[in-house]
Amino acid sequence: MTHATVALPAADRHAPGRLAAEWRAGSMVWRREMIHFLRSRAGIAVSLLQPLLFLYVLGIGLSRMFSGAGSSDDYMIFLFPGVLVMAAQAPAISVGASIVWDRQSGFLREMLVAPVRRSTLLIGKCLGGATVAACQGAVVLASAGLVGVPYRVDLFAALLAELLLASLAMTVLGAVIAVRIQRIQTFHTALTVLTAPMVFLSGLMFPVSAMPAWMAALTLVNPLTYAVDAMRQTITAFHPAPAAGASGAPIFDPVSWGGWDVPPGLSVVLVAVFSALALAAASRRFSRTD
Amino acid sequence: MFGAGPRTARGPAAGTDGDAAHRSGRPAPAAGAAGGPTAGSGPPAVLARGLGKSYAGVEAVRGIDLTVAQGETFGFLGPNGAGKTTTISMLTTLATPTTGRIEIAGHDTRTAPQQVRRNLGLVFQETTLDPELTAVENLRFHADLYALPRAGLAGRIAEMLELVGLSARGDSLVRTFSGGMQRRLEIARGLLHRPRLLFLDEPTIGLDPQTRAQVWAHLAEVREREATTIFLTTHYLDEAEQCDRIAIIDDGRIVAQGSPAELKSVIGADRVDLRTGDDMAAAALLHERFGLAAVRGPNGLSVKVAEGARLVPALCAALDVAVYEVTVTRPSLDDVFLHHTGRGIRDDALPGAAGTAGTAEPSDSGDST
Repeated sequence: MTHATVALPAADRHAPGRLAAEWRAGSMVWRREMIHFLRSRAGIAVSLLQPLLFLYVLGIGLSRMFSGAGSSDDYMIFLFPGVLVMAAQAPAISVGASIVWDRQSGFLREMLVAPVRRSTLLIGKCLGGATVAACQGAVVLASAGLVGVPYRVDLFAALLAELLLASLAMTVLGAVIAVRIQRIQTFHTALTVLTAPMVFLSGLMFPVSAMPAWMAALTLVNPLTYAVDAMRQTITAFHPAPAAGASGAPIFDPVSWGGWDVPPGLSVVLVAVFSALALAAASRRFSRTD
Repeated sequence: MFGAGPRTARGPAAGTDGDAAHRSGRPAPAAGAAGGPTAGSGPPAVLARGLGKSYAGVEAVRGIDLTVAQGETFGFLGPNGAGKTTTISMLTTLATPTTGRIEIAGHDTRTAPQQVRRNLGLVFQETTLDPELTAVENLRFHADLYALPRAGLAGRIAEMLELVGLSARGDSLVRTFSGGMQRRLEIARGLLHRPRLLFLDEPTIGLDPQTRAQVWAHLAEVREREATTIFLTTHYLDEAEQCDRIAIIDDGRIVAQGSPAELKSVIGADRVDLRTGDDMAAAALLHERFGLAAVRGPNGLSVKVAEGARLVPALCAALDVAVYEVTVTRPSLDDVFLHHTGRGIRDDALPGAAGTAGTAEPSDSGDST
């Protein structure tokens, strides 16, 4: 037995295909996020509370004020994609916190000394976070019927894909900040400063078309705006009633650049490009050694 | 305390030979074979030349040379802030040297960091386990990170858990483990991918004496069964004594290097303490018969002599006065440390560790006859 142990291949011999090894390490990081997610059911329940409260309390309340302008259901449908994004936001951002936490607790070091590229680790981490976030969003998505969004497979598939992309964008944003930060407290401070404005300036609660110019300008540089808008346009494409409503429901006007409506496809591309660039920046920083 | 039988007999030279035999089955490093090291001898586990590191103008490490042969157990000692951690960071590819170069098992840390990492196992001072995962999951994740073959992996994991005595706790969350169990699991994980070189940074810091002994018992077994080169830092002298060779770093430089016995012989003399019926007369006799200058203290006489234990019989025979007590104190590593760094090895021990450590080390100052 002892002899067999010593004679087994040493580290050098079984050096596997480079890509296969990176893939395996990356998927391990992804799986670790999923395990953490599945083992923290209480955390899931709590973080779902806020978006549901938002949708079914704040949403219903506000929709009464709009009752003069279109049916109250319209506002609920308008709000719905934003609430999906909100549901995904907390878990997405928490990936950043977990990077900082891994650094503080030491597990990060275990990964950093492994024979894999650091960008692989970061990508695995972000995809894991995005998956977890999209799962959370999907729970809210399942309640779509309550606000009048039809249950259609193609619509849900499209929404899920967009939700996943939005989750990735938010995850990567958290990662960009996290890789520069050593202490968990600093990270939370940075996030508080960042997330609230990002939510308010995303056209999530009120349409860009109704914003004053300065506010609209800020909203148009926010990647979340395009994530929300793409989902909203996807819903209205399948559920044209609100746009065609008696009021003309201007709240459903798509985001426009100087009068040119941004098509949902372009919005999706914009969010994807943002995610890719941010991921590249975060990887670069993460790969730096002293 | 760590007297694993076969180990005690093994000096540095014997160790190297023994390991050459052990290792003949090992493949030569794939990429570094250019220099043509034959299987068995192989390149040194660690080869550092002119290693230096500056942070913002402060020189943490000032040009050090280190060679650790394969199969050796190498102790790296130094006061806190002497450059130990920085050196280890560089050796493990976590930091890039400002000057000099490092080869680990024949691979350059700068040009082939991935091969270097594949050959390293690391156990850090602070835990790097994921507490929310089970022991087996932690090991499985490690296997994924190092892309270990899946065939036989379950067996290898079981073997490693058994090696560190954690077989029964494989499916428990690491969060429920005691400090000693976590450390042992980290050692198991560090060895899982069969590294040529295992780095242990203060592997037993903060552990109580029993747990410390347990960790070392497992390490002794690791040395036997896995034939791994071990590079460790420690503040415990009895642990340093276990090493084949030691280097002491102070202020960014290596101030002493050699086997514990060699280092102690540099310090030279043993100290012989005597309690006699008539110290004055005894001192005079010592001077007259042995040419030794005795120092009189409150507890009797004290002389310095090269081979203290050999002096004792002659001494007792020669002295006419009544001898109540003779104590021979050999130079300890603490004396060595003090000699080279101007500080005792534990002067700056971490406050957290001091409580257990202070009381646990009554026997550091050598053997008594």
